[in-house]
Amino acid sequence: MVSLANPTRFLSLVDRLVPWLTVLTLLLLGVGLYLSFFVAPPDYQQGETVRIMFIHVPAAWLAMFGYMLIAVASLGTLIWRHPLADVAAKTAAPIGATFTFVALVTGSLWGKPMWGTYWVWDARLTSVLVLFLLYLGLIALWQAIEEPGRAGRAAAILALVGAINVPIIKFSVDWWNTLHQSASVFRLGGPTIDPSMLAPLFVMAIAFTLLFVLLHLIAMRAEILRRRVRALQQTQVERAALVEA
Amino acid sequence: MPDLGPHAVFILSAYGVTFVAIAALALAVVEDDRKQRRILADLERRGIRRRSASAPAKPKASAPGKPPRKRTP
Repeated sequence: MVSLANPTRFLSLVDRLVPWLTVLTLLLLGVGLYLSFFVAPPDYQQGETVRIMFIHVPAAWLAMFGYMLIAVASLGTLIWRHPLADVAAKTAAPIGATFTFVALVTGSLWGKPMWGTYWVWDARLTSVLVLFLLYLGLIALWQAIEEPGRAGRAAAILALVGAINVPIIKFSVDWWNTLHQSASVFRLGGPTIDPSMLAPLFVMAIAFTLLFVLLHLIAMRAEILRRRVRALQQTQVERAALVEA
Repeated sequence: MPDLGPHAVFILSAYGVTFVAIAALALAVVEDDRKQRRILADLERRGIRRRSASAPAKPKASAPGKPPRKRTP
């Protein structure tokens, strides 16, 4: 693990992993979609709309996973000042934001036929919307400060402050009276979902997680290269200035 | 494809939005990766290289009192 902290070794590992991860992700997405549409039966209450859950739930899990990843990486930036920690945090934000957007939109599209409304300001929905805004804020902060080191430290502080929202999202359905149902997969006493629906849900969750990891690795590689390009261009400018002087 | 019933439009819209959002993200990420590779390759073609890329780096102890060099990933 320690050797992976070296950006050059990390890049070499990414180059080897990306083709395998791409194949595995596409394969699992294909199997997951097949199970979601052709194998899973309609729910006795939700009917066919249960099929939205096979994308909504994994997207919501990854929305929170992405933010936790940013929070842990932010600790790495502030405590150990490791260059890869900042790269990991910065590149996870757009991916986490996309999965949060997907969770919000698919939840809304499920809510209309089931609850009779696209949106309610209940604790779960509102806290996930706050998560989406936090992602956008982090992306904006990284864009606003040109020097990557300064931007990374400022974003790390914001990310750690915002991390308080993750347990609020998780426990909002227990702490407050919400329209959103309480946990039905990861709960004491086991899942309350029938195995015929749990299988596609888990396959899609693994596929989405692999997709997140794959995109994150590629985005991290691009960010490392961007910083190398920036350093080389600065060196070039400095050399040109010296020659002129 | 099974008959998705009266709520088919909601189900298909949910999958459609997910596909478009994730495809757009994947395209943006892959295109950015390609762009950075192109720029770096172009700089290297013009002879502008990182010190560690042009010569095998030997770990050297910093001189006492000398601040460590700023690191770029």
